[in-house]
Order: sequence, then C-alpha cells, then structure tokens
Amino acid sequence: MGKIEIDELRCKGCGLCTIACPQKLLSLSEKINNLGYTPAEISDPSRCTGCALCAEICPDVAILAFKNKTVAHK
Amino acid sequence: MQQVFKRPVSLKDVQTHFCPGCHHGTIHRLVAEAMDEFGVQQRTIGVASVGCSVFLYGYFDIDVVEAPHGRAPAVATGVKRARPDSFVFTYQGDGDLAAIGTAEIIHAANRGEDITVIFVNNTTYGMTGGQMAPTTLVGQKTSTSPYGRNQAKDGAPIRMAELLTQLEGVAFAARVAVNNPRNLLDAKKQIKRAFRYQVEGKGFSFIEALSACPTNWGMNPIAANERVGGEMADYFKLGVYKDTAEF
Ligand SMILES: Cc1ncc(C[n+]2csc(CCOP(=O)(O)OP(=O)(O)O)c2C)c(N)n1
Ligand code: SF4
Ligand code: SF4
Ligand code: SF4
Ligand SMILES: [Mg+2]
Repeated sequence: MGKIEIDELRCKGCGLCTIACPQKLLSLSEKINNLGYTPAEISDPSRCTGCALCAEICPDVAILAFKNKTVAHK
Repeated sequence: MQQVFKRPVSLKDVQTHFCPGCHHGTIHRLVAEAMDEFGVQQRTIGVASVGCSVFLYGYFDIDVVEAPHGRAPAVATGVKRARPDSFVFTYQGDGDLAAIGTAEIIHAANRGEDITVIFVNNTTYGMTGGQMAPTTLVGQKTSTSPYGRNQAKDGAPIRMAELLTQLEGVAFAARVAVNNPRNLLDAKKQIKRAFRYQVEGKGFSFIEALSACPTNWGMNPIAANERVGGEMADYFKLGVYKDTAEF
C-alpha cells in the first residue's frame, strides 16, 4: 500500500517518472501548468506500492512518496 | 502512512532553472541527501563552477563560493586549508573540469587535497549552447563539431575518472549515472562513500556522474535519458575505480 503526491507546479513534464514506475501508473496529463509543462498524473492510485522509484528518478523533486509499513505477511 | 521519500533538508525548497529531464537536478538532490546523512550541512562550503550548475548557492542551503571557470579545485584547496574543520566539495561540469580547468583538477587531485569533487559529465558545454567538450563522444554533433567529433582532429573523449585514478593523491574515484533506479541507487551509495572519505579525513574523493542534457543534445528527455545508459555508459564505464579506505 502506497501513495504519492505530485507537485503539479514543480513538475516539468519530463516523463522520467513514467518510465521508472514498475506498476506503469504514471503518465503526462493533458493540462498545462503555470510553467507551460504537462505535469505527471497517476492513473490508478490504489495500485501504488509506495516504492518511491518515481520520486527517486524525478530531477525536480516534484514527487513525495508514502508507504504503509504495517503489513508483514508471511 | 509513513513518508518514504522527502526533500533533503540541505536542498532549498525552490524551483530550479534546469531544463526538463536535466540530470543536474537529480545529482544536486543526491549530493544534498549525502550532506543530510553525514550531518555536515552547517559546516559545508560548496565551491561552484561555471556552467549550468553555476547557481549552486541558490539551490543548496549551505555556504557557497563561486569560483572562476575551471578553478574550483584550487579555490576548494584554499577553503579547506584555511578552514580544515569544514566539509568542502566542488561541483563542476565537463567543460569546466576537463577543459579550462584541467590543470587545477589534476594538481588538486595529485596533492591529495582533502576535498570531494562532483564532476558532471554531459558531453557538452551545456550553458553556452552545446559546444564540443573534451568528453564529447566521437561522432557526436555539437555546435562546434557540426559533422561530428573527429578523433583524428579532436582526439578521443577524455575519461576523467580513469585518468585521475592513476594519481597517488586520489583516495576514491567512481563513475555513476542516474538514468534508471538501479544506477541511481548505486550513485547514491557512491556519493555517500565519497563524502565519508572526507568526513573521516581519508583524502581526495572524486565522483564522475554521467548526465543528460536534452536541450543541447536535441533530444526529448526520455531519449536523452536513454543515451546516458546507452552510448555514454558504453564509453564511460560505470564503476568504482579506486577505493583505498578500509571502511
Ligand atoms: C573564463 C571563461 N571562459 C568562458 C566562459 C563561458 N562559459 C560559460 S559556461 C561554459 C561551459 C560550461 O560547460 P560545462 O562545464 O560542461 O557545464 P554544463 O553547463 O554543461 O553543466 C563556458 C565555456 C566563462 N564563463 N568564463
Ligand atoms: S511509488 Fe512506485 S508504484 Fe507508486 S507511482 Fe511511484 S513508482 Fe509507481
Ligand atoms: S519525473 Fe518529475 S518533473 Fe518529470 S514528469 Fe515526473 S514528476 Fe514531472
Ligand atoms: S542546457 Fe543542458 S545542462 Fe543546462 S540545464 Fe539545460 S539540459 Fe541541463
Ligand atoms: Mg557539460
């Protein structure tokens, strides 16, 4: 179980997070932000694992990642 | 839920001027994370170079000296010798370090100054419009090599990590990339190791980070990112070249 927050004003629409996400949940949206870029968006947030790879790859620190760390199933 | 990724404290919460997909932003963040990890922010003095990373003082929440083009290792030598308790690093592009600043880097490294050098190799002079650098790949078209770099006339690209490894004064040298999660996590590890050398007074540490310059390569960010892991990493092999400490 995970969650990300994309800062749409900081995102420059480079698309690197879209290729880093193992779940292929990210894509660039149609809307245009104040810098003229099309920010990334998440399609199915419930499938996010909170792996944070999208946040790691982002050159603009535009993504924050969260994870539910209570699950410990054997 | 627990936050598993956050902005490093040493990195100011501001928008950068870097182009979309430019790896300078990623490399800045990894350097800031290493600073946080070792708790050196308050005693760090960064030495900025000339190039797209010239605004170091605007992005890191630390003290920064701005060096003339190529002279960062000489300036850092002075800073570290005058203030031995400070943590001193330079952040330099390939035009800066491998062209105009060749003398300064070689002699600072050879003297084994107790500093850390972050060398960002994007195979071009990014800031000034994409001229050929000593690191430009053979055949690569730039604004000053419109038919591609010609090895017979221009020489072969210089591999700085390998070159510096030969110097006795160098304690640690590695080449890293941030183009995919695997390389990025390794880059994080090596940057921290380079920092540790200085924190423990073990001598000169050098990181060469391969970096995308989508704008001057005339590529979109994803294609530029792929080039880093492709023809760039084929010639500039990733890895740890020298690691002299026991830790
Ligand atoms: C003494 C001097 N000569 C030339 C310049 C022009 N100049 C500015 S940046 C630069 C090259 C920067 O390239 P690099 O170090 O590779 O940094 P990048 O922008 O690619 O990160 C040059 C030649 C200058 N500012 N000062
Ligand atoms: S945290 Fe992992 S799974 Fe979730 S969007 Fe980012 S890369 Fe995809
Ligand atoms: S990597 Fe960052 S800047 Fe690039 S599209 Fe994704 S969120 Fe935006
Ligand atoms: S010109 Fe190149 S190096 Fe400079 S900010 Fe743009 S992409 Fe980065
Ligand atoms: Mg450069």
